[in-house]
Amino acid sequence: MSVLSALSDGAVIAKRNLIKIKRVPDLLVFTTLSPIMFVLLFAYVFGGAIDQQGGGQAYREFLIAGIFAQTVVFGATITGAGLAEDVKKGIIDRFRSLPMSPSAVLTGRTFSDVVNNVLVLIVMSLTGLLVGWRIRTSALEALGGFLLLLVFAYAISWVMAWVGMLVPSPEVVNNAAFIVIFPLTFVANTFVPLNTLPGPLRTFAEWNPVSAVTQGARELFGNIPPGTPPPTGWALNHPVMYTLIWAVVVLAVFVPLANAQYRRSASR
Amino acid sequence: MTYAIQARDLVKRYGDVTALDGVDLTVPTGTVLGLLGPNGAGKTTCVRILTTLLRPDAGTAEVAGVDVLADPRGVRQRIGLSGQYAAVDEYLTGFENLDMIGRLYHLGARRSRERARELLRQFRLDDAADRPAKTYSGGMRRRLDLAGALVASPPVLFLDEPTTGLDPRSRTDMWEVIQGLVAGGTTLLLTTQYLEEADLLADEIVVIDHGRIIAQGTADQLKAQVGGERLDITVADPARVGEAKRLLEPLGVGPAVVEEHRRSLLMPVSGGAAVLINALRQLDVAGIGVDDVGLRRPTLDDVFLTLTGHAAEESENAGEAVEQVREGAR
Repeated sequence: MSVLSALSDGAVIAKRNLIKIKRVPDLLVFTTLSPIMFVLLFAYVFGGAIDQQGGGQAYREFLIAGIFAQTVVFGATITGAGLAEDVKKGIIDRFRSLPMSPSAVLTGRTFSDVVNNVLVLIVMSLTGLLVGWRIRTSALEALGGFLLLLVFAYAISWVMAWVGMLVPSPEVVNNAAFIVIFPLTFVANTFVPLNTLPGPLRTFAEWNPVSAVTQGARELFGNIPPGTPPPTGWALNHPVMYTLIWAVVVLAVFVPLANAQYRRSASR
Repeated sequence: MTYAIQARDLVKRYGDVTALDGVDLTVPTGTVLGLLGPNGAGKTTCVRILTTLLRPDAGTAEVAGVDVLADPRGVRQRIGLSGQYAAVDEYLTGFENLDMIGRLYHLGARRSRERARELLRQFRLDDAADRPAKTYSGGMRRRLDLAGALVASPPVLFLDEPTTGLDPRSRTDMWEVIQGLVAGGTTLLLTTQYLEEADLLADEIVVIDHGRIIAQGTADQLKAQVGGERLDITVADPARVGEAKRLLEPLGVGPAVVEEHRRSLLMPVSGGAAVLINALRQLDVAGIGVDDVGLRRPTLDDVFLTLTGHAAEESENAGEAVEQVREGAR
């Protein structure tokens, strides 16, 4: 199997998934609506309480990268739910009976979810700009920030791809993901500074990759006000490196796992 | 004679459950094999193994001359599969579904588009070609799914319960489509729970139950195995069905089955029209009115009942009854 035909098969599958975004725009609306709601709730309900001197302006700037990170991580559940739905409907059986590249269904799926994440990030950035978020670095650094978020989300997509091939229905993917992702994105520096957390939670948060991707994005967007004390722990002092290490490790483990599960999967 | 499908001693277990227990199948090129059995008999498992979706625990199989286990990709290039549930992408249009499958068979962009249009026309879906499949009726989805299996014009086709859940009109449509394909020389393996369907479409029928082949042959051979004809009488007065049974049973070659709610009596006989006349005469003498009477050849339903000793859907209850008897004996 040549790499080229594997890529072209992957592109065919990705196109198929993207047509779904076009046909069911509600899907994109609802994946972006809840983060927009989060931005507004946190910015205006908690913002004043957390950032009393600034009247919430500094907190809103702090908040946005956290919401970005949370949103793209949650976005990975789409990968799992989409695959689980395809298994359930017998579409995976059809694909598996075709002489196509066996990896194409998963590479196509994870790729189309990157496109989905790009669209979501655009909508959220515009919302952010409206509530006072600003990029205070160069365009190149800002681009780096978005790329970091996308790379991390891509890695998590592969975890969800494996989960999606494993569980019996898309609903299970959503529920299972919620239990894991919710604490992962909250016990982190996404919404609050880490110095407010009690001991063990704080240590967990300092090594939580979601904290690192948030910290990395904040730095690259220039959303850390001068005079902020440096974070503690190696991970948060090297957030880009730490995030990339996580992404590589997750991909190295879950790409083969998801592919093996794809070959084994059976429709129900 | 060349064989499009040859399988030897296929075994598949799921934990303690043996789904397939040593199944042999041979399908000569250009013929139709009907794999007939109730739910859970092992039909789908068989198809999944032959279409490379599932590896057997034991046994060998060749499809279109290619070893299923050694070269699954080679097999996939030569087969089309249409499953039990219409595996169409409901968000894509009919055209997009077929075009996508063409590209995944590596037909190239132009050929994929042409082939999609051709098939949509052939399956009378051209009016709906650019509507998302979501808006299709059940029968249209099945036709689109079947069209998907034909994109690469494969020499061997697998249809797993192609008409399950369809209304009678769509089922008849589907049969016509399938008969057209077979006339074109495609080898077909068809699974079905409908005896009528196997009778109509298949050259040879394999009856499978609990993962084992329990009978095989042409529809006529299977019917001959059950033997004779059936006398089918509907009496006018439901109260007198029992009396009619006592009266007629000596004329039959086996026990009569009475269905009280239909006021009917069904009994295997031999001797043809003479038996029929004799039966009517006796009923007339006894003054039992007759609404309907007929002499018919056994259906495959009768075949299945005779071979397995149970009707398709009663198999589990029968098992339970045996368990209860054993419990009672202790």
